[in-house]
This record gives sequence, structure tokens and C-alpha cells, in this order.
Amino acid sequence: MRLLLGSLFALAVAAMVGLGATYLALTRGAAFGSLTIGAWTAWPKTGTIDADPYARATIARTGQLPVALGDGVSFTAQADDNGKLLDGRCDVLLSGVTPAARFWTLTLYNVEGQLVANSVNRYGFTSQEIVRNADGSFEIAVSPRANAGNWLPTGGVERYALLLRFYDTAVGVSTKAGREVPMPAVTTRRCP
Amino acid sequence: MIRWLLLFLGGALLGGIVHLATVIIMPRTATQDAYSRLTPTAPINTVTALPAPAPDTAPMPFMDSAFASAVCRYDLSQGSLKLTVPVSLAYTSISFYTRYDVAYYAINDRAAGRRVIELELMTPEQHSNLPEDEEITAADRLIVESPTPTGLIAIRALAPEPGLLPMAQSAIAAARCAIQQDAPKPSR
Repeated sequence: MRLLLGSLFALAVAAMVGLGATYLALTRGAAFGSLTIGAWTAWPKTGTIDADPYARATIARTGQLPVALGDGVSFTAQADDNGKLLDGRCDVLLSGVTPAARFWTLTLYNVEGQLVANSVNRYGFTSQEIVRNADGSFEIAVSPRANAGNWLPTGGVERYALLLRFYDTAVGVSTKAGREVPMPAVTTRRCP
Repeated sequence: MIRWLLLFLGGALLGGIVHLATVIIMPRTATQDAYSRLTPTAPINTVTALPAPAPDTAPMPFMDSAFASAVCRYDLSQGSLKLTVPVSLAYTSISFYTRYDVAYYAINDRAAGRRVIELELMTPEQHSNLPEDEEITAADRLIVESPTPTGLIAIRALAPEPGLLPMAQSAIAAARCAIQQDAPKPSR
């Protein structure tokens, strides 16, 4: 009886630890070879045949097609530069410059990876649409209320993620975080 | 007490194995991965245009809304595949994925350097069975080897502004993928 109880206990612990760790790893986006610059994180290796098992499992779980490395690199931000999770009810400002790429796109998704409905049907920006300053830098207001200039509406959702994708770029597996790759700063300005 | 502690440790160790096993098995058991999602709508060895992603309705999560996209779900068991994609004005890319949605090759319009990107996709076996004494040299034809006999090709054209989306869509609409008529015969 004690043996049975003991084995059941050990198996229950195994199931909890094993499945819990898998769930956490796949929902938090655990994969090796991540490249983090400011608020932005990319997994360039996920877009290659050398993708590790965690990356493969994440791809299968979310059902997305990753951006292939020969095509571009995709950076994700779920929090601002101070680590505060992006909140669709706040005014968030993206400012700065981007690494060299033929084109880039910025897209806003909810946590499930769907576009967020809004009154002006704008889900993102491309590098050609953006209004820039004289020095080539730009500012994008990500907020629920209309803004002058580059306004990306959040639709007031609680949590969202920003995806900045660079197409035909030199940023890749060999890129080191730091000065060589300038990424726009993400700052939360005002929260109701 | 010691007994329960040992059982707990043993359970945790077993949990580590469960964790690794589930992570590795995941891609093979997933029913909602990109390939499975596209299976009902995308016939095999044909280019199917994907509807533009919209809130609540998108063929796949995390699709770039600035792109017009199409997929060719391929099966190379009947022979090699010929892919023809006219490039659009802005940016066109073709990405190749295995059955488990791992990207193994991608090419864009600039790398191809032509108005029309022409590719041949084949398994390593079909590639090695190609007759060598053909007049067409290898440099003239772009051959991609697929690590799995089935998979996905994603064809995408950028619309730099929303108004240019129809232009990108029409470029994508002219893309073709088909099993080659003169499929390389297995060596006699």
C-alpha cells in the first residue's frame, strides 16, 4: 500500500514538474540563441533549419510560420525599456532609428497573435509609410487615443506585443547586441 | 519523511525527462500548427492565395499585415516541383518550410536578380538522379533540396502602403507551382 502511494506520489510530481516546465517554456518563448536589444528580442536561429527543439515546439504550438533567416529577422517587444508590460490603455512611444534593412514593418498583435480591431483599420506601419524627422529618426505613438503623426492604435486591449520585422537585412545569427544594431526605444508615457 | 523526500526528488527527475520528451514530441503531435491549419484550404502542389489577416480571422497567427501572401503545400513523392514567381514592385520573398514548419531556405527578389524567380524543388534523391549531361548548366537553374518530402512554400509580396496591396496581390496571383512534366526518372 505504501509502495503504491509512494509511486503515485512520485508520478504525480513528475507529471506536474514535466508538463509545467513544458508549458512555461513554450508560453514564455524559451529558445536558445536569443538576441536582446533594449526591449526587443529576436531568435534568428528559429528561422533556420538549425532551430532547437524549444523553437520547433513553440512554432508548432502557436501555429505560425517563422520568418526565414534568408528573408528577414523578427523582433518582439512585450514590455517597455523598463520591463513594464505593454498595456493598450497607456500611451507608449517608440522612438529612434532601426538597423539597416531594405524594408521593415511594425505590427501590433494581441497575446494570441491576432491583429487588434480599431476604428481606423491600422494594424502596423511599414518603413515607407512612416513620417520621419530631419535626421531620419522617427517617433510612433502606440496608444488607444488618436495622435498626430505616426499613430498605431492599440484598440484598448490590456496586453499586446509589437513585432518589428526587418526584411533583407544583415542582422542575423552573427549579430551581437549593442551599438552595431540600434533599435527604437520603447517608453510608457502616460497610464490612466 | 526521508522516504517522501526521496520520492519527491525521484519524481522531479522523472519530470525533467517528461519535459524533454514533451518538447521533442510536440511538433509531431500538434494539430494546430501552420501546415495543419492550411491543409483544408490549400490543395496540394498548387499556389493558394491566403486572405489578408484581419482581427479575429487570419489563416495563421502573427501574419505580417503589410504583405500579400500565398502558399504552395507540396508533396514531392510524384516528382520534383517547379516554382515560378513574378516579383512585385517592392519586395518579394519565397520561404521554404518543412512539414513541421521549420524554415530551411529563403530567397528574395534581389538575391534572385530576375523579373521572375524560377526554382526547382526536389528531394536530395531526385537531385542526385538528375542526368548530368544536360545542356542547361547548373548555374542557369536554381535547385532547392527539401529535407522532407512534404512541406510548405510561402510566397509573400510587400505592400509598402495599404493602397499598394492590390498590386502585391496580383503579383502573387501569377505565381505557379506544379509537379514537373518531365519529372526525372529514377535511374535504371
